[in-house]
Amino acid sequence: MRVTQGCFSFLPDLTDEQISRQVQYCLENGWAVNIEFTDDPHPRNNLWEMWGLPMFDLRDAAGVMMELNQCRKVYGNSYIRLSAFDSSHGWESVRLSFIVNRPKEEPGFRLERHEVAGRNIRYTTRSYAADRPEGRRYG
Amino acid sequence: MPPNELTTRSIPGQPRTLSQESDMNMHSMTVRGKDRYKSGVLEYRKMGYWEPDYEPKDTDIIALFRVTPQDGVDPIEASAAVAGESSTATWTVVWTDRLTAAEKYRAKCFRVDPVPNSPGQYFAYIAYDLDLFEPGSIANLSASIIGNVFGFKPLKALRLEDMRLPVAYVKTFQGPATGIVVERERMDKFGRPLLGATVKPKLGLSGRNYGRVVYEALKGGLDFTKDDENINSQPFMHWRERFLYCMEAVNKAQAATGEIKGTYLNVTAGTMEDMYERAEFAKELGSVIIMIDLVIGYTAIQSMAKWARRNDMILHLHRAGHSTYTRQRNHGVSFRVIAKWMRLAGVDHIHAGTVVGKLEGDPATTRGYYDICREDYNPIRLEHGVFFDQHWASLNKLMPVASGGIHAGQMHQLLDHLGEDVILQFGGGTIGHPMGIQAGATANRVALEAMILARNEGRDYLHEGPEILAKAAETCTPLKSALEVWKDVTFNYESTDMPDYVPTPSVAM
Repeated sequence: MRVTQGCFSFLPDLTDEQISRQVQYCLENGWAVNIEFTDDPHPRNNLWEMWGLPMFDLRDAAGVMMELNQCRKVYGNSYIRLSAFDSSHGWESVRLSFIVNRPKEEPGFRLERHEVAGRNIRYTTRSYAADRPEGRRYG
Repeated sequence: MPPNELTTRSIPGQPRTLSQESDMNMHSMTVRGKDRYKSGVLEYRKMGYWEPDYEPKDTDIIALFRVTPQDGVDPIEASAAVAGESSTATWTVVWTDRLTAAEKYRAKCFRVDPVPNSPGQYFAYIAYDLDLFEPGSIANLSASIIGNVFGFKPLKALRLEDMRLPVAYVKTFQGPATGIVVERERMDKFGRPLLGATVKPKLGLSGRNYGRVVYEALKGGLDFTKDDENINSQPFMHWRERFLYCMEAVNKAQAATGEIKGTYLNVTAGTMEDMYERAEFAKELGSVIIMIDLVIGYTAIQSMAKWARRNDMILHLHRAGHSTYTRQRNHGVSFRVIAKWMRLAGVDHIHAGTVVGKLEGDPATTRGYYDICREDYNPIRLEHGVFFDQHWASLNKLMPVASGGIHAGQMHQLLDHLGEDVILQFGGGTIGHPMGIQAGATANRVALEAMILARNEGRDYLHEGPEILAKAAETCTPLKSALEVWKDVTFNYESTDMPDYVPTPSVAM
């Protein structure tokens, strides 16, 4: 399966040049870009680990691309995403977020059903990979 | 007068229009003292409902009406009558006025302009003191402003065009239960419009068949599916069946994609008790969103908005029925007023037009609606039909929904007209796809992501749109097939509701 979180998951994986243009768009809007990675892509896991701090005051996408390549060297078989933060009043949250790196294999999620009264079902989504300890989930 | 001169005008405290300055109506005619209360009938403009020198206070509510007086009725008198009948007046003088601070409670018409290019129609600006309204009640606000005057005999027609809601009043409302930012955080979706589809056919599917449509659409790439306005609890599918099968579909699609998904479960019912029961069941099943129809009424909407805030639920509003009073230009209530009321009332989503789809929607007017939903401050913009500066005082933002006759081939136009914070709902454009519902959903999602990517790269996506879509279709057969099937579908009809003011290009220096 393919995890389709983020803004561009339905397109073919972005090239570094394409990623760089998106980063430049964020920087020109005054947003701080953050690199985040995880081996727990559960749809409700919003707390991916931070690769350093969001890069404030940056002008050139090259800085982000350099950090991204460093991050890939260490976590090349994890999910890595870029998130852009807008600090302007009334927003103060993420403006753009997209996946820039994936594990070679994405085993996906198991849906568990716990049947309770009145035909109701309690659902739990579990990542197959998360059955193993953190750091050893994608081979 | 050139319209662009008008756009520089603002209320209050701005110069009066020429029409007012040129006739006797420029001064107050109010009868004062003992004579004011002599038994009998007095013209409204002499009773204190026409006060051309009145400077509206920052705390006043201001309403703008389009007044069409009957033949022979003076427009100032007609406008004063609207002010009177929407506040303290009745048809004759009553002595009991003298027991009250009557001058404060009288609504004051302070400006009347002829409507450009519409003989016999006038814009009447009327100011209402804040004390005339119960805090936090759309029912009270609307009962005052539109409760009594629309059938008034001296008028041929009357339309409430716009309202200025003072911050002091805005702050008495909860506002959208969730708001755009928190909705995006909960759904974990940033940087692009959200995608939805209304399940079709609207009526007749069993719960099991209905769940099938929801699953296919969500798995294929949509973020939301939606019940239609008239899907409640009918013989072919009772509401519990629908909710149970829909939540199976949502959870299964979530596991299949790793993305948060939702389906608007319509809780509209015959009584509040039934609606609460359905909303509670939706919550128990883990739904992130429920929906209601506009026809349930303003009080019911506010009740559901409070319920939604208490229960972390996104609240979708389907504007069912609005066209009966919003569409015709000379009579009724403009949708921009309904949008303002709904932002106060506290819904999170509102259908606000597509421009390019099958339903009514002039681009400039629609732009005005979207601004009302999404901005913290709306400056006066006559060319979009926005007549007042409006501060929202950090009230949550309301997500507009574009639905009705749109398809993937229009993606560049939709993004250009409607921007990023919008839900694009392709019902037929998903379910009617020749390769099936999943393929339809994928086509829409790929078209959207390709367009956002191109926009962010700085490309002229509006003009290069067809080319961008064609390129994306090279690696996506469903998109290729969608573009082929719907390539000639457009809905070009003349709008019935457009702004009265058009910008004139300024002379190049």
